Amino acid sequence: MSVLRSVVRVQRDDFDLGLEVKALRSGDTGVGAVAAFVGTVRDVNDGSGVSTLTLEHYPGMTEAALEEIAGQAHARWRLNATLIIHRFGELQPTDQIVMVGVTSAHRGDAFAACEFIMDFLKTRAPFWKKEQTPQGARWVDARSTDDEAAARWGAEPQAAGLPPAQGR
Amino acid sequence: MNITLLYFAALREVLGIERESVQLPAEVQTAVQLRAWLAGRGDVWSQALAPGRALRMAVNRKLADPDTLLVEGAEVAVFPPVTGG
Repeated sequence: MSVLRSVVRVQRDDFDLGLEVKALRSGDTGVGAVAAFVGTVRDVNDGSGVSTLTLEHYPGMTEAALEEIAGQAHARWRLNATLIIHRFGELQPTDQIVMVGVTSAHRGDAFAACEFIMDFLKTRAPFWKKEQTPQGARWVDARSTDDEAAARWGAEPQAAGLPPAQGR
Repeated sequence: MNITLLYFAALREVLGIERESVQLPAEVQTAVQLRAWLAGRGDVWSQALAPGRALRMAVNRKLADPDTLLVEGAEVAVFPPVTGG
């Protein structure tokens, strides 16, 4: 028997992928697949070196937006649990920024939901990156490729009225 | 109607303001009307909020469409397209 679970955390602190995945699937004997994604800070972006990345967010809305995205993933695929952790504050190259973990009975749902959550998060969760480069500080511009990635899943992300996901 | 306005990221820096309470004239009812009204403040406001500028708005912490209705006491945020993840 699977228990529907959705956890969202917005935090300054780092996280441990292994511990988070262990907790996510703990005690759930129906899980046959775990998919996890971690996004990290690169030292180069748009041709400039990046020494520090500062993430700003909209407290209150951020959590609600991530919960809505997770809820849409649960509505579209057969998932046992989802976890979204997103950091804010000052980060350095190689630091972890974000993780998404998904458990399911089968890999197809887990892979697809993990990618869906990241694609939607990048276009709908209120975070903004500011880079420190040798030329000075600059705000990162949104990429059209991120909009295109989110659009693959359906332009109108209201959970009702979405076609059912293709199976595994 | 009275609302609270929040500004984030590059827009907050350009405008030099993070939060304000405003009383809207009766004709400002929707998100896009609010944006135009703010642009009408002139100077840096008219540049940063010009119609061609890519901006997003949220009303009571939900992403808004241009036609989203404002409500008394709403928290309305204006910000650049998001870049998290």
